[in-house]
Amino acid sequence: MRTPPKVELRAVHHRFLRPDGSVFTALDGVDLAVAPGTFVSLIGPSGCGKSTIFNAVAGLLTPSDGVVVIDGQDATGTIGRVGYMLQKDLLLPWRTVLDNIILGLEIRGASVSEARAYALPYLHRYGLGGFENAYPASLSGGMRQRAALLRTLLFDSEIVLLDEPFGALDAQTRGRMQEWLLQIWQDFRKTVIFVTHDVEEAVYLSDVIHVMAARPGRVVATLEVPLRRPRPRSLALTSEFSAIRERCLDLLGHGASAHAEEEA
Amino acid sequence: MSEVASGRAGAAPGGALSSVGAPPRPKLSPFRVRRLPRERIWPAWLIVLFQVGLLVALVGGWEYAAATGALDAFFWSRPSAVAETMVVFFRDGDALTDAWYTARATLLGFILGTALGTAWGLSFWWSRNYAAIVQPYIICFESIPKLALAPLVILVFGIGLASKVALGMALTVIVSALTTYSGVKAVDADHERLMYSLGASRWQVFSKLVVPACLPWGISVLRVNIGLALTGAVVGEFISSQHGLGRAILYAGQTYEIALVWCAVTVLSAMSVVMYLAVSWLERLLLKHVRH
Repeated sequence: MRTPPKVELRAVHHRFLRPDGSVFTALDGVDLAVAPGTFVSLIGPSGCGKSTIFNAVAGLLTPSDGVVVIDGQDATGTIGRVGYMLQKDLLLPWRTVLDNIILGLEIRGASVSEARAYALPYLHRYGLGGFENAYPASLSGGMRQRAALLRTLLFDSEIVLLDEPFGALDAQTRGRMQEWLLQIWQDFRKTVIFVTHDVEEAVYLSDVIHVMAARPGRVVATLEVPLRRPRPRSLALTSEFSAIRERCLDLLGHGASAHAEEEA
Repeated sequence: MSEVASGRAGAAPGGALSSVGAPPRPKLSPFRVRRLPRERIWPAWLIVLFQVGLLVALVGGWEYAAATGALDAFFWSRPSAVAETMVVFFRDGDALTDAWYTARATLLGFILGTALGTAWGLSFWWSRNYAAIVQPYIICFESIPKLALAPLVILVFGIGLASKVALGMALTVIVSALTTYSGVKAVDADHERLMYSLGASRWQVFSKLVVPACLPWGISVLRVNIGLALTGAVVGEFISSQHGLGRAILYAGQTYEIALVWCAVTVLSAMSVVMYLAVSWLERLLLKHVRH
């Protein structure tokens, strides 16, 4: 008997009118199941509806058709069940790092001093020690994303959605952040849905990858990533890793021949 | 492509582009090498010296012109007479009472107008429909020359302090409301969504996001508002009042005591400068706490 999925999308369609009056199909019948505690990535070209799925699961958008099921309950269009994080860190510039991180706790009624005391050890543990009283403006991009992710995790939801969280970072910082994210994910044991267009990133991080295609947005394939954990960086050099990566690239139409066309 | 982009003269004739009929290169004047224009900055003492010198020259020139008759001292008065009157104004006259009266009206108008205006601007966050309904009225109210309403305000609020405060408020409330409303419109929708996704109520989003995000906007108009509140108070006193520097100026003008006009104007200016500096300081202090 398989464990019931933590998050499930059932026949989710989303259409909207473009300004010229034509109908745009952002999602065309997406079925998706995410097992509890797994790390799942959505990859695909721009316009394939990754972010639409993200917004539907977060409850920020009600799809035209279909349901989002969380923990067996219909969660379509309801917010507050999942923590999410975007490429924009969305830290409040007038709050210190510590006070930004406790925002979720504060909203849920914790007193500021209690919340601070609770969050401080996490801050130290996850590479933000000494920055608790700094303001976001004085932090590097990587540090800001760490703070944003900690805010999302301390919000205490069991599901975390990450929409290209490292998209704006340079390659080196990005690599470090991926390792850091894996460490944090193993500690917190949350269900993670990760949106990216970076195949390598998806393979390195995920248990399962859903490959999407655009016009209309749909899931074209679901790949298991059977690589053992913890995953060292050098894993990217193994043949297993590159086999999965090649498969993803093929599915995305990024094979050697299709590549030039896609870029144009 | 790169040799064309670099624009070297040798590349154009017979180059790749000329075969496809590239337009001729426009004639350019020869490039001249220049120094970056830069003014040498004088030491601070020299600047101050010039500033003081200018003041002395103006006051001295005025006194001289009045003494030789080039300037009619009856209409223009003269600095020595102003200085004598100033002593009398402070010693025997109402200088302090008047200054305090005007200052009180200004500060009250400033505080009430700014606070109400800021609250009003923030209130637009709560409903876009409400904001859309009220918008044309605000724009109308903004474009009315509020001082033209002064006689009406005096009729309604009387010749006491209230009418001066009301005029100061009328001038400041709109500035604060419109600026804070701009702040409300500039609140990042993603921030709002994030707050809601963390389970925030509307009140929590308002108090934890909208208010702090709009404070710098509200604070940025404090300096403008203190000047407007002073204008309102003085104009109110011009129309009808028993005290105040505005009334002193009007009264002195009507009785041809030109020296007294200058005295009251000087005191008024000094007060205005002090209030402006105080508000600038307050603004810096507040911004340091809300913006990092």
